[in-house]
Amino acid sequence: MWEAIRANKIRSRVLISAMGGTLIALGAVFGAVYHAEAGAAVGAVFALGIWGLLVLVAFTGGDKMLLMSAGAKKIEKQDAPRLWNIVEEMTIASGLGSMPDVYVIDEDAPNAFAVGQDPSRSAVAVTRGLLRRLNRDELQGVVAHEMGHIRNLDVRFMTLAAVMLGSIVLLSDVFLRSLWFGGGRRRGRGGEGGQAQLILVGVSILLAILAPFLARLLYFACSRQREFLADASAARFTRYPEGLASALEKISRPTSGKVGRKGANRALAPLYIVRPEGFRSLTGMFSTHPPLERRVSILRSMGGGAGYAAYEKAWKQGGGEGSLLDARTLSGDQSLSARQGTPEPETKKEAQETVREVLDVFDRLAGFLILGCACGVRIKVPEGYAKPTVPCTRCGRENPVPQAAEPEAATAAATGAATYRRKSGAWESFRCPCGRNVQISPAFKGEFKKCPACSRKIKILQPD
Amino acid sequence: MTGTIIFVVAVVVIGAILVGMYNGLVRLRNQVRNAWSQIDVQLKRRHDLIPNLLETVKGYAGHEKQTLENVVKARSQAQSATGVEAQSMAEGALSSALGRLMVVVEQYPDLKANQNFLALQEELASTENKISFSRQHYNDSAMVMNNKVESFPSNIIAGMFGFKREPFFEIQDEAEREAPKVQF
Repeated sequence: MWEAIRANKIRSRVLISAMGGTLIALGAVFGAVYHAEAGAAVGAVFALGIWGLLVLVAFTGGDKMLLMSAGAKKIEKQDAPRLWNIVEEMTIASGLGSMPDVYVIDEDAPNAFAVGQDPSRSAVAVTRGLLRRLNRDELQGVVAHEMGHIRNLDVRFMTLAAVMLGSIVLLSDVFLRSLWFGGGRRRGRGGEGGQAQLILVGVSILLAILAPFLARLLYFACSRQREFLADASAARFTRYPEGLASALEKISRPTSGKVGRKGANRALAPLYIVRPEGFRSLTGMFSTHPPLERRVSILRSMGGGAGYAAYEKAWKQGGGEGSLLDARTLSGDQSLSARQGTPEPETKKEAQETVREVLDVFDRLAGFLILGCACGVRIKVPEGYAKPTVPCTRCGRENPVPQAAEPEAATAAATGAATYRRKSGAWESFRCPCGRNVQISPAFKGEFKKCPACSRKIKILQPD
Repeated sequence: MTGTIIFVVAVVVIGAILVGMYNGLVRLRNQVRNAWSQIDVQLKRRHDLIPNLLETVKGYAGHEKQTLENVVKARSQAQSATGVEAQSMAEGALSSALGRLMVVVEQYPDLKANQNFLALQEELASTENKISFSRQHYNDSAMVMNNKVESFPSNIIAGMFGFKREPFFEIQDEAEREAPKVQF
């Protein structure tokens, strides 16, 4: 693990210096466009100045700024004891010296991220949606993933890289704008070395457009690699890869429809555990996160192992090229096996639903007819019920009881082609040849209704 | 002249490497000791939680005397145990006593719905986790330390300054190995 961190550090330095070089070169070229002699030096210094300023801001209060912009609130133990305990557990498992601050974001989209300059000053933030949806093992997996980011020094690197990327984008932007608005002034000076100047301007424009693009590419590539590494760390800390796998699966499931992303912005996107909603779902080079299915399938194919070696093997099987972790980390790693999951008590609601489902089956067997009212109540009609409609107990709506109101022509059942003539424009239900009751709403204007049970298409005729 | 310079440079470089190795070993040893103390902290936490837990359970299931007494006894034994072996055995016994208590608690729906009890349950479950995670971390640190102590060239420095292999924290007692994890 320690070797992995060292490798990470080296990689970070290479990346940071590459980006720094690009930044200085950019400044120099832009400066040269404005002034042939002293311009390059001034430009480079200017670029460095911008960078220094941004780094200063990022390192003095960058984490707080990120948390604030995500709408995160710091919590104490009594606010969310389970989350707090899990963060404590993962602090111990990861061997961090001090526990990160815990933040909660008041948002329904399940997501989480970590920020901080170094492991002793860091923070973990999760959304309320995440707390609500995940069970203990899953939440532990997610927190372990964030701890992995902190432990592997990803958070500091990402902050630095984000600032660097920001400066490059800013510089290019300023330059392109000034060229646009200040063009006339320079043209007036004209005359001396016009040709060379023109080429330089062309090159600089090209650079201004290309540099941010390339920097972004580099940044995102790194961020993807780090997601895998953090997953590996999470498996190792918890000794339970299934926890994170199942959490990722739950998070990716679009349960609550369109999910807000008021907190997430472009700078924050790579920090989250999964790509926040609303960012284009590119899986290619610009993606900040590897595809979730791949992460889940890697975690699930660790074959009962929980160490780095097991993750690396699964990662290679999952199509990973090269190697994720260095040889020394892998050789020093014991063969670790995963633990058993913690059994969760079925929540009350789930238990209630199970009971209801079982009862429904019995009722159906006893010949009850189960009607779904439009308000959501399920009405059970006994077999001998005589009236043509039954009132709903909640909304009082009269629900028509299918009087074996067979689709016209009993023979139709045999051929599979059934028709049903509507009696009125109100809620109606009829019995499909397969025995299932099908309901049609007043708004239904289609020609065919698909039976939800046998998926037979039944022709619907409008009332005479 | 050149020979002397090369010699001096070589001595300085080798010296720096040796110092680095020594410092690395010291850092690792401290890490291992710190990890060890973490286990103690968590065990103590568990001892502190038990009186509260028993108090709450008594209110609903006071007549389960035997089970409650077993927990009390196991706790005081665990607190007074000294030495790694005795301690881990006593802690194992405490774990299984708690496990049995939790099985008994299953029969009291009122107790299971009690807010105070739910909070304690979470605390206890988390403490159990913390104990196993601190063991896990201790073993990880001990492994790194042992790799360094045994492999060349750091084993030379380790031998010179008396850095030793750290024992792994194994579960010594057969009973603890089989002890039911505290489950809810």
